[in-house]
Amino acid sequence: MNAHSKIAQPSRRDLVVGATMVGGALLVGCSPADLLSAGAKTQIGAFGPFVKVAADGAVTVVSKHIEFGQGSHAGLAAIVAEELDADWTRVRVEFAPANAKIYANSMMGAQGTGGSSAIANSWQQLRTAGAATRAMFVQAAAAKWNVPAAEITVRDSLVSHARSGKSAGFGELVADAGKVTPPEAPVLKDPRTFTLVGTSRVRRKDSTAKSNGTARYTQDVRMEGLLTAMVAHAPRFGAKVKSFDDTAARKVAGVVDVIQIPTGVAVVARDTWSARQGREALKVVWDETKAEGRGSDQIMAEYRAAAAGKGPESLKWVPFDSKGDAAKATDGEVFEATYDFPYLAHAAMEPMDCVAIVKGSKVKLIHGSQSPTMDQLAVAKVVGALPGSVEIETLLAGGSFGRRANFQADYVAECVHIAKKLPKGTPLKLVWTREDDMRAGYFRPITHHSVRIVLDKDGYPAVWRQRVVTQSLMKGSPIPSKGPLDATAVEGALGSPYLKATPVVDAQLATPDVGVPVLWWRSVGATHTAHVMEHTIDQLARKAGKDPVEYRRVLYQRAGAKRHLAVLNLAMEKAGPVPAGLARGVAVHESFGSVVAQVADVRLADGVDPKVERVVTAIDCGTAVAPDQIAAQMEGGTCYGLSAHLYGEVVVDKGAVQQTNFDGYRVLRMNEAPLVETHILPSDRPPSGVGEPGTPVIGPALANAMLGAGKPPVTRLPIVRNV
Amino acid sequence: MAIALEVNGKAVSVKAADDTPLLWVLRDELGLTGTKYGCGIAQCGACTIHIDGQPVRACQTPVSAAAGMKITTVEGLGGHHPVQQAWVKADVPQCGYCQSGQIMSAAALLAEKRNPSDADIDAAMSGNICRCGTYQRIRAAIKDAAGIAAALPAKGV
Repeated sequence: MNAHSKIAQPSRRDLVVGATMVGGALLVGCSPADLLSAGAKTQIGAFGPFVKVAADGAVTVVSKHIEFGQGSHAGLAAIVAEELDADWTRVRVEFAPANAKIYANSMMGAQGTGGSSAIANSWQQLRTAGAATRAMFVQAAAAKWNVPAAEITVRDSLVSHARSGKSAGFGELVADAGKVTPPEAPVLKDPRTFTLVGTSRVRRKDSTAKSNGTARYTQDVRMEGLLTAMVAHAPRFGAKVKSFDDTAARKVAGVVDVIQIPTGVAVVARDTWSARQGREALKVVWDETKAEGRGSDQIMAEYRAAAAGKGPESLKWVPFDSKGDAAKATDGEVFEATYDFPYLAHAAMEPMDCVAIVKGSKVKLIHGSQSPTMDQLAVAKVVGALPGSVEIETLLAGGSFGRRANFQADYVAECVHIAKKLPKGTPLKLVWTREDDMRAGYFRPITHHSVRIVLDKDGYPAVWRQRVVTQSLMKGSPIPSKGPLDATAVEGALGSPYLKATPVVDAQLATPDVGVPVLWWRSVGATHTAHVMEHTIDQLARKAGKDPVEYRRVLYQRAGAKRHLAVLNLAMEKAGPVPAGLARGVAVHESFGSVVAQVADVRLADGVDPKVERVVTAIDCGTAVAPDQIAAQMEGGTCYGLSAHLYGEVVVDKGAVQQTNFDGYRVLRMNEAPLVETHILPSDRPPSGVGEPGTPVIGPALANAMLGAGKPPVTRLPIVRNV
Repeated sequence: MAIALEVNGKAVSVKAADDTPLLWVLRDELGLTGTKYGCGIAQCGACTIHIDGQPVRACQTPVSAAAGMKITTVEGLGGHHPVQQAWVKADVPQCGYCQSGQIMSAAALLAEKRNPSDADIDAAMSGNICRCGTYQRIRAAIKDAAGIAAALPAKGV
């Protein structure tokens, strides 16, 4: 269990506290699930909330998780199909409605997708659902044919009894099977007998729709009477509308209304282009008295000063790892380094958007809802409804990388603020332009690390002092933190095998307040901790005159980090010799319950950006449900992490974001993408995360390749500034 | 004002100001939502369509400039185009939002070069951003589609 999943698991009491802040005093004492589902109407069929079987025998798996690229729908469907022995070609997936009582993520206590937990938290639940459904079909066939249930077999949706020669498809039996009482504890398969899970037959169910233009995203919602809104947001974080002149905006053809809302001024129009033209014609004067006035440079300077012990006295330091007496003088060589990480935008391909239909306190949302519970809580506050009565139709989302799971549900609430001022029942689509998306924030926060390590006589760390300064992601959360530590800020340093292998540790975190909205960004704390830990280790190894891979092996043995050692060895074995003319770097990191090792072969030349040519990846993610999707996530996660490490930087100047679009916020393109090879370590552990663990490892692997080639350490991101 | 267009082989008449980007006419007027908005400034390629066979960013093309020309969107590829077949075979898409544009760029590339090199693929595809990072599968699928196309009777793809 890693730090992130710990923080993502509020106690039941936590959620009651969080939810009642919304629902009001009358609801104190309800269970959180009751509270969140109050008002919800969810149809559940004969085979339970996760499985539907149609009259023609086709199987539908109901997914409580969003599909935004990570491939979870393939894996979730395969888990059910495996235990049900369903014909994989006739299995489809649909989104669950919002109802936390039925569809909560068991690792969160609320309905939502995040922390790379979709497969992990569904594993037992969906195996059980599939096995129960199978047992109902077997029971129905046994009764119909008057044969012992134990003699019945199921394969590819065909129920058979060999001795009598009888067989029937799911479609023929579904009416009878639906009347069978579901078994309470159905027998699950021995994983060694799986024929679908863990095989290359587990493929995406949405590739056709995503290749012919029919896949439906929020942007694509069309319906009778639909209006489209764009919002003029404040250029500086924290500014409010002082006044506005909408005379010209209202004259734009197609503009229907101009409405002030808490986050700015909305222009409502009959179509997207009219809304945009209307917004351009709008004149808004902003009240900036409470706006954030600082910029990235100043914020980073303050963080550096704080880490060096020169911060304000009011700044609280919270230990996240502490053992031995770090104050005691220790002889030995000293290694010191600092690392600076910039703001990063998620920059999902589909800018934020939402469709809302408001009828008084009744709300229907149609959008790519990553966290239906958070969306319900936020929207309930806007319209004064019970969270459970906010109905959500979840659609595919064009990426998220963390952006759509937001405690404030910012753009969802914004959409409802506008929709509730329109004539009752008017469907409204809020669309953000790329510029809106990039400027509105919810960034990976600026982060500073400072490490001071005393080495023992063999060159291994004896004393490890670390100071981390970053903005808290959990501040403002309706889920109160457990204790003073925001573990999302240090996960990856917290729990690191290198700290386990070091006798004396003094590691602390400070989280100053800054008026720039921040959020988890694919792999969260590991986006910076992986670089700090892995790049530091390479520098220590080189200082000690040792091979960085061997150096890691020694520390993993000392820490008992068997999984780290295993993936490192597998990646090294598969990587083979270093190709001529390339520099090699290695990094290993655990996140979301999985451990990933990467060996990166990099082309370095003066005057051009580093080009990662090949990345050999080894992952231990427990039981591999959908191997091809695991490979896809390693490929994509590597590109996402590499993009940030090479180029990613949002610069804030006097509280305003300087980048507006992909011309200023450079991202990885085809000609810069590496070839990623994925090797999955065989495991009989339950499945762990895949969507995020592939992201944070490539950055330090690249930095380590550069270091090995004689370049200076990478202490300030992104790398292109350092070359 | 009414503008006559030929979209996916059909003549249509749309009401829009001359300078309205073709993207919004396709999506909001004609309901062809396969073509996506990603950046609005021809930086990401999500809105790539073909005009007279050439790959074009619809977000930066005024509707009036496309009058009288043959417009093809992802819907117009028909679903069984060699590129689309290869995309499905390789499970290229992740979130899928950029893939219409990727497919249109790839189809235009293959129409131009039956057997593209890696450098050709880089040149033709680097204007299309994929934040999910499906680039290596796109590259593999283009090469696969070149094979599928080669196996088909010769005609424009």
